[in-house]
Amino acid sequence: MNSRIYPLLGFLLLIVLLVVGLNIADRKTNLPSPLIGKPVPVFDLPVLASPGQNMSKESLLGKPYLVNFWGSWCITCRAEHPVVTELAKLNAVYIIGMNFRDEPQDAVAWLKKWGNPYNVSLTDFDGRVSIDFGVYAAPETFLVDPSGTIVFKHLGQLTWEVVETEILPRLANMESGS
Amino acid sequence: MKLSKFFILLFTLTLSVSVLAQRSPVQEPMVFETQQQEDRFNQLTQELRCLVCQNQNLADSDAQLAHDLRAEVHEMLMAGKSDDEIKMFMVERYGDFVLYRPPVQENTYLLWLTPLVLLLSGAVILRVIIKKRTVLLESAPDEEPENQNS
Repeated sequence: MNSRIYPLLGFLLLIVLLVVGLNIADRKTNLPSPLIGKPVPVFDLPVLASPGQNMSKESLLGKPYLVNFWGSWCITCRAEHPVVTELAKLNAVYIIGMNFRDEPQDAVAWLKKWGNPYNVSLTDFDGRVSIDFGVYAAPETFLVDPSGTIVFKHLGQLTWEVVETEILPRLANMESGS
Repeated sequence: MKLSKFFILLFTLTLSVSVLAQRSPVQEPMVFETQQQEDRFNQLTQELRCLVCQNQNLADSDAQLAHDLRAEVHEMLMAGKSDDEIKMFMVERYGDFVLYRPPVQENTYLLWLTPLVLLLSGAVILRVIIKKRTVLLESAPDEEPENQNS
């Protein structure tokens, strides 16, 4: 009689494993980035719509900044655009728009149509820099501290909740630290 | 009636053949100097995960990112980088998740050792059951003749 309970227990264990597995199945939201705590990848990219002008990682040392990967082809970027705009209004952090795998004229048109929340937009035309940043898909957002270290990464659409709970507190920390 | 069934069968079979006729997913004409390089490329892209469509490897995926990463692998290979260096490049950017074969390290001990533990516990359970049965068998022959007589 007692031994009959074992298969049932085994079955229940499988159910538990299934539920746990389903809960962590969405790897996109809880994948740790190996880049957190590491220096920003090296980049030296042309500024969008400003021929002959470049911006490199070195020139940004000394202040915190936000790197937002986007493209005019990216629907979710359009969805998070109001949040980025709202954040830009706070003037709390320098925001770099990394326009990647995109045609510059499409990018310019996009910014004209929806508004430009970025302090500067850089063109990563062939996506090389996005690979160095370990970007899966747009949008992705990285927060960099004044020493040039990545302190936070957000995968996917930026929400105001993320701004309030993850980005603004870290910026406040940097200010009080320095 | 029978003939129509035959045609349905024939149709189904032909359908499955068309799947085999699909073109190879690797589209870009990758140029290699030696056969060995090409083999290494195929091996590597099969072991690396396409991160956008996460249950596909780089070799199978048609996503833009997979396309770019294949080009990256190809370039590093031609530049004389070793397999480990290429994998390291991917892991530094995308984490261990990019590897289909996870490395044996602290946080993967559970993953690697669980099958062994299950195998061993299976052996232990088997041993216990066999022992129990041997005990039963040893006592059984005495009882059986009695049962038959009665």
